[in-house]
Amino acid sequence: MFNFPIGDLFDTLVRFLRDNLGPVFDGISWVLDTLISGFEFVIGVAPAIVTIVIFALLAWKAAGKGIGIFTLVGLVLIDAMGLWTNAVETLSLVLVSALIALVIGIPLGIVASRSHKADNLIRPVLDFMQTMPAFVYLIPAVFFFGLGKVPGAVATIIFSMPPVVRLTNLGIRQVPVNVEEAGRSFGSTPKQMLFKIQLPIALPTILAGVNQTIMLALSMVVISAMIGAQGLGSPVYSGIQNLRIGQGFEGGLAVVILAMILDRVTQALGDSSSK
Amino acid sequence: MAHVEIKNLYKIFGPNPKKALELTKEGMSKDEILEKTGNTIGVNNASLAVEKGETFVVMGLSGSGKSTLIRCLNRLIEPSFGEVFVDDEEITKVDQEKLREIRRKKMGMVFQNFGLFPHRTVCANVEYGLEVQGVTPEKRREKAYEALELVGLKGYEESKPDQLSGGMQQRVGLARALATDPEILLMDEAFSALDPLIRKDMQDELLLLQEKMQKTIIFITHDLDEALKIGDRIAVMKDGEVVQVGTPEGILTEPANDYVRDFVENVDRSKVIKAESIMRKADAVVDTKDGPKSAVRKMKNENISSIFVVDKSRKLKGIVDIEDAMKLADKGEKSIESAVHQGYPTAGPDELIIDLLPKATDSKYPIAVVDDENRFLGIIVRVAVISGIMGEGGNNDV
Repeated sequence: MFNFPIGDLFDTLVRFLRDNLGPVFDGISWVLDTLISGFEFVIGVAPAIVTIVIFALLAWKAAGKGIGIFTLVGLVLIDAMGLWTNAVETLSLVLVSALIALVIGIPLGIVASRSHKADNLIRPVLDFMQTMPAFVYLIPAVFFFGLGKVPGAVATIIFSMPPVVRLTNLGIRQVPVNVEEAGRSFGSTPKQMLFKIQLPIALPTILAGVNQTIMLALSMVVISAMIGAQGLGSPVYSGIQNLRIGQGFEGGLAVVILAMILDRVTQALGDSSSK
Repeated sequence: MAHVEIKNLYKIFGPNPKKALELTKEGMSKDEILEKTGNTIGVNNASLAVEKGETFVVMGLSGSGKSTLIRCLNRLIEPSFGEVFVDDEEITKVDQEKLREIRRKKMGMVFQNFGLFPHRTVCANVEYGLEVQGVTPEKRREKAYEALELVGLKGYEESKPDQLSGGMQQRVGLARALATDPEILLMDEAFSALDPLIRKDMQDELLLLQEKMQKTIIFITHDLDEALKIGDRIAVMKDGEVVQVGTPEGILTEPANDYVRDFVENVDRSKVIKAESIMRKADAVVDTKDGPKSAVRKMKNENISSIFVVDKSRKLKGIVDIEDAMKLADKGEKSIESAVHQGYPTAGPDELIIDLLPKATDSKYPIAVVDDENRFLGIIVRVAVISGIMGEGGNNDV
């Protein structure tokens, strides 16, 4: 048997990147930090109750009365547990990460749908991103970006991006052949095909991907807290460390409430687009 | 110059079209080539010329290459070898930009399962062709409304396609293809997904529309009855090859080979064969000036009991029975004019056998075939109608 030192190679690569691409990482870091702080400021600037009512109204408008009321009750409960600030941090981190995952993931999905070569190239990368244990890239993320919210966001982006890429790809590939032929037969340009036919028809599937991406982003909350991203993950993390089960449960419950609200609202958006 | 012309067109799917082409030219069969090279011959050396304003039907069973052929015309499928011309332009040579231009302006296509855009309203579907051309919203809305009215869908503009029945959806498909006012309509099994009654309606409607529009229509179907009904000319395809091109009657009466003969065997010929092809030239006629004696003699010679009377320019004047003529002859009358009467059935040369049947059974006289100016062309005896249906060809020898 011969020995192939993949681990050593990876170490070398990480060091090489850190030493040579410092400015790039600083740039990324700055962008993410600014975005997250911006979100935190916007969501957190008003008194909790005002923001909660606004969220409840938005949820009502998007997903109906029931979800609106659930949002109101759920967020008030989070505030009552004293976790509103943490929730704002988590929400900002999750939304920024998901947003970036979508901004990168949807175009990637489009590219994958248009060529088999690209598809074959992207697919294994997605497998990697989804199944490689998060802790494995958490450490390099800390290496590149230091402790705090930014490495948490990076890990979240990596972990949550695959579904929207896959489902965008799938949605476009599922456009019926004769519908696509009809589009081409009228002399559509590739751009017209994409924006007037393929994307609108694939939209419900793409939105299912958006929903999954947001859910996966939320599932990274506790892991992000381990590298100092704060938010709702910290009471859970410290609760576990100090065997304060009740405190951990409160944090976990708050995450679940956020997840349910985000899930129902994005699902409702998907449903209304397919009608 | 034909409007659409296909010259030696091949579409070969698979890894090595060149090799497959050589083997085809050596006369190897489709199956052998597939086994040997892994190439599938979609279209095999097809040549066709479609005239302006003609409804040209390409007919064949599934797998005969007809759908591939029609897609080669607007290059939804790229032909492997050969040429396609529209007007004088070689479609197979133009670049993407020019191809789009041709698709936008010259060709409209209607699809088997309609191919409507599910996310757009009926009106927005019909507008699509104009929209990609950059026509202003007001103008394209106006055109779309016109096209929808033409196909009888006024009032459904704001519906979504899935709210409509199959027949109505295909009307939308047709309106969408017509909205850009193309010279050429490509119809790929356009009515095949519809149930029989609706299909018949759509065929009738297409014929009616075509009378007004005079487009060049290339219509693909696997349904022989449909082909015979709609087509001015029909091309029969088998295994990617065009095995016969001809008029509906030509295909029925003179099938090029056993394949076509088997195909047309069970056709309802009464709906295709016209009076013209089963009528007999009536040599035995009498002139209005002829006397009763000569009329009687002619009838006796021909062994018939009545005879048609024409004037100098062969316009049909009436018919005379043998008994009446004999009575006049006995009385010593000079002219048969007083015995000439009407009361026999007539038909135009284009009338179908199915319409002749009741006329033939209701009257003891043969059917007189006359043209628009009442000129006498020939007669159809009852037995000719029957044998026409049975497929025994014209009856000039009966």
